[in-house]
Amino acid sequence: MQQTGELVTAPLSPDQLSNPAFASGDGLPLMPTLEPRQLIVGCGQSVGRQRQQNQDSIYIFTSLLASNNAQIPIGIYIVADGMGGHEDGDVASEVACRVLSEYLIRHLYLPLLHPDQEPPEQSIQEILQTGVQEANSALHKAAPKGGTTLTTGVIIGRQLTIAHVGDSRAYLITTEHGMELITRDHSMVNKLVEMGQLTAAEASEHPQRNVLYRALGQGEPLEAEVATYTLPKSGYLMLCSDGLWGVVQADEIQRIISAGPTPAEICQNLVAAANQAGGPDNISVILVQLPT
Amino acid sequence: MTNNLTPQPKRSTGDLLRPGSKLARRYLIEAQIGMGGMSTVYKARDMHFPNVVKWVAVKEMVNQARDPLVRKTIVRNFEREANILATLHHPAIPRIFDYFTEDNRSYLVLEFVDGTDLEALLNQTQGFFPEEQVLGWAIELCDVLEYLHNHKPEPIVFRDIKPSNIMINQYGRVVLVDFGIAKHFQVGQKGTMIGTEGYAPPEQYRGEASHLSDIYAVGATLHHLLTRKDPRMEAPFYFSDVPVRKVNPSVSPELEAVIATAVQYNPEDRFQSIADMRDALVQAAKKTGMLATISLGTRNIQAVPSDIQPKWKFECEDEVRGSANIANNTVYVGCYDNNLYALNAENGDFLWKYPTEGGIVSKPAIHDNYVFFGSEDYRVHVVSARTGKLIWTYYTDGAVRSSPFIAEGHIFIGSDDGYLHAINLVSGRRAWKIETGAPIRSTPFVHVADETIYFGTEDGMMYCADFRGQIRWRFRAKRGITGSALVSDGIVYFGAKDSMFYALDAQTGWVIWRFRLGKATISTPAIAEGLVFTGSVDGNIYALDARSSKEVWRFQTENQVTSSPVIYKDSLYCGSADQNLYCLEYRTGRLRWQYPTGGPITGTPLVYNDTVFVGSFDHFVYALPVA
Repeated sequence: MQQTGELVTAPLSPDQLSNPAFASGDGLPLMPTLEPRQLIVGCGQSVGRQRQQNQDSIYIFTSLLASNNAQIPIGIYIVADGMGGHEDGDVASEVACRVLSEYLIRHLYLPLLHPDQEPPEQSIQEILQTGVQEANSALHKAAPKGGTTLTTGVIIGRQLTIAHVGDSRAYLITTEHGMELITRDHSMVNKLVEMGQLTAAEASEHPQRNVLYRALGQGEPLEAEVATYTLPKSGYLMLCSDGLWGVVQADEIQRIISAGPTPAEICQNLVAAANQAGGPDNISVILVQLPT
Repeated sequence: MTNNLTPQPKRSTGDLLRPGSKLARRYLIEAQIGMGGMSTVYKARDMHFPNVVKWVAVKEMVNQARDPLVRKTIVRNFEREANILATLHHPAIPRIFDYFTEDNRSYLVLEFVDGTDLEALLNQTQGFFPEEQVLGWAIELCDVLEYLHNHKPEPIVFRDIKPSNIMINQYGRVVLVDFGIAKHFQVGQKGTMIGTEGYAPPEQYRGEASHLSDIYAVGATLHHLLTRKDPRMEAPFYFSDVPVRKVNPSVSPELEAVIATAVQYNPEDRFQSIADMRDALVQAAKKTGMLATISLGTRNIQAVPSDIQPKWKFECEDEVRGSANIANNTVYVGCYDNNLYALNAENGDFLWKYPTEGGIVSKPAIHDNYVFFGSEDYRVHVVSARTGKLIWTYYTDGAVRSSPFIAEGHIFIGSDDGYLHAINLVSGRRAWKIETGAPIRSTPFVHVADETIYFGTEDGMMYCADFRGQIRWRFRAKRGITGSALVSDGIVYFGAKDSMFYALDAQTGWVIWRFRLGKATISTPAIAEGLVFTGSVDGNIYALDARSSKEVWRFQTENQVTSSPVIYKDSLYCGSADQNLYCLEYRTGRLRWQYPTGGPITGTPLVYNDTVFVGSFDHFVYALPVA
């Protein structure tokens, strides 16, 4: 149903035709099955309406090796939200993106490419954890007064591994489960919500909802939360800063995603929606359409 | 930010931080709460959290070295220690929040422990502590030391176990404080050793501390706590000369014996690991009946009396080492007496037995009224499920200890001959075999939809092969893989004898995560609700979060867990070499019941229709009701 350039979609199978989501018009539009399976990515960024400077950084790397023996899409996606109010916030988020992406490409991506394919000594989760540590260390010198959140999603084949520090977010979006938040905000208010001291609604209004208890560049050793998810059969991975999730309601985000038509345009629409709602903060979003 | 310090007027080394003063523009000093060696401890409030009262402990080190190079070394060592502390995560170790150096002083900001240390407790009380209270502390102390001794990448030897370094917090839990940081500051005068006199073993005086020194110091500390005799006032190494009961006759001989072993003069005569000492303490608690009254934070060891009675039990002629299977109301199980038994599942009535020429540890597979299994007599046997009559056998060149997996009209089974065999079900002819060069004792896991087979070998390889016998990828663990793999949601889970539990991407064979168990494992994992379960030779049954690899709970049994866990409804069933079959709540690890057999259990329990079937080394096959 979606034709982009030379792409020819496969005819809909009887199974797809009888899919209730398609029939009722709800949920995400049906994705055609693409051969080979591939990641299609879009992104959006805006300084917003109220800030002078953009302190968010994003990084996108999408690749695919398709051959008779293997079809392995690989993606590295990073969102970093530099601390506004601190100096060096923009430097902090950029350095974090650079250091982490460089580390992952060197230790995760390059070893996968070589035909001899010698796997690394460390596990994927360990490599991500170390990458975040490296980014944290780099901030001491590069942005001593700055801090940043850091949320990354690494897709290798059918597995998605998330490493996360701060209150930027990662979501898996599917027709079956809607928007599923797969990271935990390391904010003081979220801690209070987890402890039952605040409701989520109270947290979203709380004057100190931006205060984080864990972030990069704070001079403290830290541990990223790392977890691996099997990718759903179809849907999206979305990474975004709080300039999006804290401003646009979840059902509005879902509606915009459902309207399509491509990840890039969806992201422009999401950014526009955040700005329309006041744009109080920098806005960053990466949307990865998952291979079916 | 704590790294930005405006220059403050230099304080002379004798000055204490005044209450009400602010350190590093962040920590508001409340009061001094401790002093010792080369450090002072303050209770302070972290003003980065102005809306709540967050107490911290600020430890101030005084660096009096005159030589700038020595001073630098001391600061660097301090930072290294702080970094180690930063990587430790244990309920009995205070968390570190911050560290920095200012002028000639270094500061550690730690979790504030609301409680008293054992030295102060000794001074504030009279009369002997109750034995179960000391036992409880001792077991918790062993737990945290085990964590330190097993720390990766380098084990941490505490080197300074003594009553003043052991705090009891407001919940009665042990917290270990003062992480050997002081030791770096004891710039040695001639004859001064590292560690506290009285509690340190002889070898520590020669500068040769190891984990065995910690064991000695625990014994020395317990000796002091139970006798109230301060070893610093006694002759060196007097513990062996003065048994605990001589001073405090109310102490049990079991506990006295544990302490006596710990304080042996020669390191090789002591417990060789803190885990062994802990086990001995738990044993002592059990024998004296104190176990029920000791409440421990780190594990659940309520000894639940067993009132489970088997529905039936059947006696074979030798050890039942393998696992049973069931079909058509018949239980099939192999025995080390070389026979395959068929028993009525309802009442345990003997139906038939089929003799082979070797022991059977293989779990039989049943398909289409035929039973398939391997024997140490080198053969795969196929017999009639109803009568036990031989249909055909298939020869390999080695003992068959692997269990068959049936799919797509074939049996996939490994052999000690180093091959994975794919045998046609009907004709008994081999379709192909894959050469690996090492015995294959695990059960192959066949993923029918993806047409892939996963199997491990005794030299540590995990293979992924397709249905034509071509290898797709291979992964090498550092030691043998005896348990089978479990594939779920595109991830291959298995454990190896290198003590690691692995989660590999099924497509590429890459390690997504790995978890270090206490010791080797030969169990096959089970999975339910995002939790993956396995047993280990270290005696524990583990539950790990399948996504983040974090340990959710562990349950300690008293001997090796070489059996594999099985999930049924909301319980986990697993046997142990300690002879018990355990039933745990799988979400929490809470013990529901345990059933003692007369011998180790190495097979995997089978649960079907609310009955648990399990064999034991005591020659019996049991059918227990699911409570």
